[in-house]
Amino acid sequence: MQYLVSVIEQFLPGGVREDKTGSATSDEMAAINAFNDRLKAEDHWVFAGGLASPDTATIIDNRGEEAMFTDGPFLESKEHLGGFWIIQAPDLDVALKLAAEGSKACNRRVEVRPFL
Amino acid sequence: MSVADVREAITQAHHEEWARVVASLTRRFGDLDIAEDAAAEAFAAAVERWPADGVPPNPGAWLTTTANRKAIDRIRRENKRDDKQKEAQMVYDDDPPEPIGAIDDERLRLIFTCCHPALAMESRVALTLRMVGGLTVPEIARAFLVQETAMGRRITRAKAKIKAARIPFRVPAAEDLPARVCGVLAVVYLAFNEGYLATGPDTDPVRHDLTAEAIRLTRLIRALMPEDGEVAGLLALMLLTEARRTTRVSASGELVALDEQDRGAWDASLIAEGHRLVRERLAAGVAPGRYQILAAISAVHTSARDMRDTDWSQIVALYDQLVRLDPSPIIALNRAIAVAELDGPDVALAAVDRLGDKLAGYHAYHATRADLLRRLGRSQKSRAAYDKAIELAGNTAETAYLTRRRDQLG
Repeated sequence: MQYLVSVIEQFLPGGVREDKTGSATSDEMAAINAFNDRLKAEDHWVFAGGLASPDTATIIDNRGEEAMFTDGPFLESKEHLGGFWIIQAPDLDVALKLAAEGSKACNRRVEVRPFL
Repeated sequence: MSVADVREAITQAHHEEWARVVASLTRRFGDLDIAEDAAAEAFAAAVERWPADGVPPNPGAWLTTTANRKAIDRIRRENKRDDKQKEAQMVYDDDPPEPIGAIDDERLRLIFTCCHPALAMESRVALTLRMVGGLTVPEIARAFLVQETAMGRRITRAKAKIKAARIPFRVPAAEDLPARVCGVLAVVYLAFNEGYLATGPDTDPVRHDLTAEAIRLTRLIRALMPEDGEVAGLLALMLLTEARRTTRVSASGELVALDEQDRGAWDASLIAEGHRLVRERLAAGVAPGRYQILAAISAVHTSARDMRDTDWSQIVALYDQLVRLDPSPIIALNRAIAVAELDGPDVALAAVDRLGDKLAGYHAYHATRADLLRRLGRSQKSRAAYDKAIELAGNTAETAYLTRRRDQLG
């Protein structure tokens, strides 16, 4: 069973990011790397990655005759996806425990969702 | 056997066997939906067949066998057991859990699954009443004043989440057990409280069906986890509260405060059972959790033949212990009510006023202030506090009580 663990990046009112850069600090990176190593050692690892800010997003719509490219995120919101893990776990209890450690490592809220 | 006897046997079997049937089918088929539907069909079959065929010698075994057959019929009919379905089956851990001094009963797994922290609290309550308690969806909808269709959706959604997210059918590991038991107790206590102080203008002030169901569930949890002090504590607390139920609302539908209740009409056997549990926990010599302390407070109240005989210093000492475990302002408010009896209403009022920031929207805060102000002879301020309490109170009996007290002010 695979789960998506999304990292929730939050903007404060006024559009300022929670921290200065929006990306992880070196302490956070060290904790994330240690957590990733553990995921790999214990066979929970599938994939993980951090994402650049939503300003860098491009929307593509090729449902019509011609592909349309639009600048910007598809949703303006106070929260966005900052990165994610895809983990392998036998059940939700195991996934929740891992996600709790992930939240501590990256110092952000995370959301767990099962794959179909 | 008369029709009434058969009906009684079916009701009893439903109380005793429903959770067992659902749990054993969930284990076998890995699917709550199948288990629930097959259990319901088996009981429907009992209603149809037992009056003519007689009550079987082992009703539980009859129901389990019938439900199993219904489930297999359904699976064959819908060809449910293709590979995809197998994949979506609930995780059943065949390794026995760490010894926790408890019976590894399938019903316990069912309870922990229904009360899983990944489900919304209202879904946990509804699902537990349905799958463990065996209440029907219309009954649960009525109990929580929700439309039947909405309640049906809530339960369906919870079951779908359990399946899709693979919430396991398992007793949690020993290290997680205290927190998870606490979560289970919160679910049954919420059901009990909703019955005990029902909210809503069109409902009975006390709904005995809900309080009785919550007690039944807690007795089951106690039978499954006899070593757990908090389970015993919550059962004692519920019994000692339930013992006073009939004296709590007057014939005219008004809430009767503790000092005006007819103590002779309290249920002596429930009190004796509650006291026994509290003594058992005291004898265990383990630091009590919040339910055990609340039960001890209730035990002190129910030991007094008259409000004036209440050992208030004992009650305040127990509240002091509780405040250390749970610094919530509601506990502090209840402590202040006891302080009023021990040190006087002026001391209590000062303590209550300090809670104003946090409890301004809570009817009991204003009701407590109103009562203390009344006892201090400050009628005008008391009246204003009663007004506010009446505005916020959701229970019809409580509103009636507060209104009378306000109107009695000089």
